Amino acid sequence: MKSALKTTGSDGFTYLWAVVKRNAVSFRGFARRSPVAAFWMVMILFLVFMSIAAPVVSPQDPYIPDFSKVTNSPSTENFFGTDFLGRDQLTRIIYGGRTSLFIGLISVLVGVGVGSLWGLVSGYLGGKFDLISQRLLEILMAIPGLILAMILMFILGASVWTLIVAIAFTRLAFGARVIRAVSLSVRETAYVEAARSTGASYWRVMLFHVAPQTFAPFLVLVTTNIGIAILIEASLGFIGLGIAPPTPTWGSMLGEAASNLEPFWWLVFFPGLFITLAVLAFNLAGAGLQDVLDPRNRGTLE
Amino acid sequence: MREHKTSSDAPAGAAKTPPLMDLRNLKVYFPIKSGVLIGRTVGHIKAVDDVSLYINPGETLGLVGESGSGKTTLGRAALRLVEPTDGQIIFDGQELRNLSNQDMRRSRRELGFVFQDPYGSLNPRMTAGNMIREPLKIHKLHNGREDLSRQVGDLLETVGLARSMADRYPHEFSGGQRQRIGVARALASKPRFIVLDEPVSALDVSIQAQLINLLQDLQEEFNLAYLLIAHDLSVVRHISDRIAVMYLGKVVELSDYKALYDNPLHPYTKALLSAVPLPDRALERTRERIVLKGDIPSPRNPPSGCVFHTRCPMATDECRVTVPTIKEHAPNHYAACINL
Repeated sequence: MKSALKTTGSDGFTYLWAVVKRNAVSFRGFARRSPVAAFWMVMILFLVFMSIAAPVVSPQDPYIPDFSKVTNSPSTENFFGTDFLGRDQLTRIIYGGRTSLFIGLISVLVGVGVGSLWGLVSGYLGGKFDLISQRLLEILMAIPGLILAMILMFILGASVWTLIVAIAFTRLAFGARVIRAVSLSVRETAYVEAARSTGASYWRVMLFHVAPQTFAPFLVLVTTNIGIAILIEASLGFIGLGIAPPTPTWGSMLGEAASNLEPFWWLVFFPGLFITLAVLAFNLAGAGLQDVLDPRNRGTLE
Repeated sequence: MREHKTSSDAPAGAAKTPPLMDLRNLKVYFPIKSGVLIGRTVGHIKAVDDVSLYINPGETLGLVGESGSGKTTLGRAALRLVEPTDGQIIFDGQELRNLSNQDMRRSRRELGFVFQDPYGSLNPRMTAGNMIREPLKIHKLHNGREDLSRQVGDLLETVGLARSMADRYPHEFSGGQRQRIGVARALASKPRFIVLDEPVSALDVSIQAQLINLLQDLQEEFNLAYLLIAHDLSVVRHISDRIAVMYLGKVVELSDYKALYDNPLHPYTKALLSAVPLPDRALERTRERIVLKGDIPSPRNPPSGCVFHTRCPMATDECRVTVPTIKEHAPNHYAACINL
């Protein structure tokens, strides 16, 4: 497989095509083994593509109000209806996906990433560093995630980046706890001792022997936590602590709709549907990934 | 049985070259903690208790004993994979326990360890080639990537595997092949001393013989010194120059392999040897079989006096009180028993 890539490496396009083809083949195998996970993986790709291509795929402008068609129910002109300012809801959901998915992804990568590194080192080194780290994380975990994020948003003020920091902070402990446990168990394995016996340094052992074992749980952590992060973002948006209007996010759209005395069903249903889809997609695709990433589940010879 | 090297036939005290590895009064105690939050040490498990052994260059010292006798701990402590509580580890004239972490890592180039479990000792996410490559990289024993790959291929061939196997993952190998990878990894940095921790006990008998022969060939080729830990006495006999017998953290008998098998002194050694099946059926039927009662006592609470007195067929009242010291009873034949 590798050598086939190397020989075509001189020609950029052939090389790219080989990469695409190879991944398409492995995706087909993955789809055969766990069709549910593959379906939700496609859903993620769809949502991500939709967000990236928002200016191209959305039918109308997300910001300009049109007071001639305020709160119209779904029709052929506006598939998902219009909101209180007459803006097309489908367009706003597509644009909202941009913010919601971006914030979810980045905050989890930062939060779980930093947490995992912390857990990796803490679990491998042990001792006082581990003891103190664990007590700190326990304090952090004792505060409910949403409340913690709310407090941080009050302190930091509302913007995309403060929102990311706030949500990342709530994910820190989850990454650290899980990866620490993996690191602790891997530390005791014979192959880590074997690496030490050849003269490998702490960092080398952590990087080449412990960290790769944490990759599968890390990926699963990221995917499942993206679901939670999207929910936190939506909740903050719902109570008005999220990103300021008029920038749409799924949560703030839901919040605006629900603030009405008698909410219009399409203004509640569609943002809620997309939040549900995104959370489900990340959680179920993550579970499927877990199986695939273990090389022991991989075939033997080609 | 293969010919043993002449080194063991040389007169006992006349060893002029200093030993390659010299363990002096080595002790490894594991603390027993109790309490929930802040552990309080309530006692010690004396896994290795005051053991002195030496291994000459190119020599094999067999180390035998029951499960729980501290053989493996002694082997790990000799390479500072567990930190000894007390004692000295003198390798090539240098006290390893005085070395800083960094210097110790550098010294590991000359030390190797082959693990008992061929499944657990290989990283499941690393190819065989990468694992063998690692010591070469750590100690910078290569000139560039191509040289590295060539060396890895050579090492694979040295241990009887194909060069092309470098790209495979551990789960694609059989147990015997995995153990060969373990040997190749230990050999990669061209060490002079290797601890073999029950290298064949997890393998089929036919594969055991192959691996033992391989280890012997490698020893001759590279002039390696082995500390061979095993509980299979026939394996030890096949390859060792001298043999040490351990019981509950202590060495009870030490001698060259011939004297130990022909004329065991310590009652524990006698019992162990009488448990080895003999190929000759007539001999097997007539010989005296010493069966030890009970299990090895808990090292947490070892017996007083001689630790073996609870199971010893020769035990006297004095054995309960007096701790025997290891003494030379015949030239180069040491045993720790007051009744000799």
